[in-house]
Amino acid sequence: MLLPNIRAELAKALRRPANWLLLAIAVTLTLTFAYLIPYAGYAGGTEGPPNSDLGLKSMLPGEFVGNAIGGMPVFVGALAVILGVLVLGTEYSAQTWKTVLSQGPSRGTVFAGKLAAIAVATMVLTLVLVAVSAAASALVAAVEGQPFDWPPLADVAGGIGAGWLVTAMWASFGALLAVVFRGIALPVGLGLVWLLAVQNLLASIAAPLVGWIADLQLGLPGPNAGSLVAALGARADTPGVADAVGGGQAALVVTAYLVAFAVSGGWLLSRSDIT
Amino acid sequence: MLDAMTAPVRTDALTKRYGGSAAVDELNLTIEPGEVYGFLGPNAAGKTTTLRMLLGLVTPTSGTARLHGRHLGSRGYLDDVGALVEGPAFYPFLSGRENLRVLARHAGMAAARVAAVLDEVELTERASDKYATYSLGMKQRLGIAAALLKEPTLLILDEPTNGLDPAGMADMRALLRRLGEQGRTVLLSSHLLSEVQQICDRVGVLSRGVLVAERPVGELGAGGRLVLVAEPADAAQARLVAAYGSDRVRRHDDVIELDVDSVAAAAINTDLVGAGIAVSELRWRRPNLEEVFFSLTGESRVAA
Repeated sequence: MLLPNIRAELAKALRRPANWLLLAIAVTLTLTFAYLIPYAGYAGGTEGPPNSDLGLKSMLPGEFVGNAIGGMPVFVGALAVILGVLVLGTEYSAQTWKTVLSQGPSRGTVFAGKLAAIAVATMVLTLVLVAVSAAASALVAAVEGQPFDWPPLADVAGGIGAGWLVTAMWASFGALLAVVFRGIALPVGLGLVWLLAVQNLLASIAAPLVGWIADLQLGLPGPNAGSLVAALGARADTPGVADAVGGGQAALVVTAYLVAFAVSGGWLLSRSDIT
Repeated sequence: MLDAMTAPVRTDALTKRYGGSAAVDELNLTIEPGEVYGFLGPNAAGKTTTLRMLLGLVTPTSGTARLHGRHLGSRGYLDDVGALVEGPAFYPFLSGRENLRVLARHAGMAAARVAAVLDEVELTERASDKYATYSLGMKQRLGIAAALLKEPTLLILDEPTNGLDPAGMADMRALLRRLGEQGRTVLLSSHLLSEVQQICDRVGVLSRGVLVAERPVGELGAGGRLVLVAEPADAAQARLVAAYGSDRVRRHDDVIELDVDSVAAAAINTDLVGAGIAVSELRWRRPNLEEVFFSLTGESRVAA
């Protein structure tokens, strides 16, 4: 029964306009902050907005993997949280749990199908960002007459794996929030507050002042996501990207959070009444 | 003879408590194959909670439920079961057909069933339109279509005419009667006495979570009163009290109600007119839901 349920979830995800909008926003933001603004700064040779003085090298093919995954700890991560909330929260907001479960599949099967759909969607998101980033870097190299020095395939594969891991972790965080709060609006709001505000406050205000918060930070999902993409070439001046811990440890911690969010969501769903 | 263990629906002391109060209290219910069973009760009587427990959406506090002999939550428990619970709910960004295709996948059914059920509920023409554009009647019919996807032998339908206009209610009842005539077992909840009288074979009455009565539908709501409006009303009342006794005659302003058999209407009319009393209204009034509850439970008032 799992495969038909995965196909059902993928069909919903494909036909939901909001998912395509999230992908379009992710592509637009990545292109804007990794290529358009830096290129405008480089071409104009004057002071400009953040990332406008990074130089030509940061936009060439050798850096495209880091550019593709640099936004994933924060702004693409925020979009992944929304994606996860939508996949689970829609069943509450549209009251479709009863419709789906009355057809006979177990809650575990449906939840596993949703997790699989999230895994596929975040992989598509990662691949699209990597492809778009590669294309943009190639365009810059062509326009500027620079050599096409692509990174090794292993680096590209590592970047794709890390990007998928980080976005899947954030999406499963959104899925858990949707199950806990049984809807869309509150989970999206709380997820974004955590990702965009609380993490920054902890990092920029609390951690420098309080030692144990600085230590605690090293175990939170955001700093580990930032460390993971930093280890794979993301620029350290990108919001959320920092080499707080090593890449191996970061990958393990992010994986642990991914599993914990998924298991917690499934456990809670299996125990709660659908009212 | 029905084997109670493999009955389409069987509950034993099924109970759901929220805090200290019981939404459903030790419900024992057995529905026979091919029966159209009405689950009647006012709002908050526990009907929907019972149906949600039967479908595994709500976990019982105690007691057991079996559908076709399979225990609640066991593998294949909802095979052969279709349901519409507390109004239709679908994905607004999908069309009616796409919604059913998605549900067919969840059910492990072939997509070919979708066309058949759309046809059965007469929704084929609008099947490509987004669900969000459907009228309530169309949404209800799509809900019935979803319930029919697995070609179920048992249908569990919770207030399927709720919110529909009179024409929509008539269409839905015709559809439900048709489904019942196809040999399916149907468990239908409603707070409308007239609805279960039109559709069901047997009725269980739920009040405050307790099954207070079970009757063949013909026995439920039987009886009634003769309602009479006459001028002068005082003279009419005095004549009727003299004939039938004061305990069988009630007066509310100008309306007189008589606790007599309906066949007495013609004789009463002749008698009053013969006495020079003008009779402007004489009709038989069936008891409403609240009165049925009163007669079944002996309560002075029914929980709203």
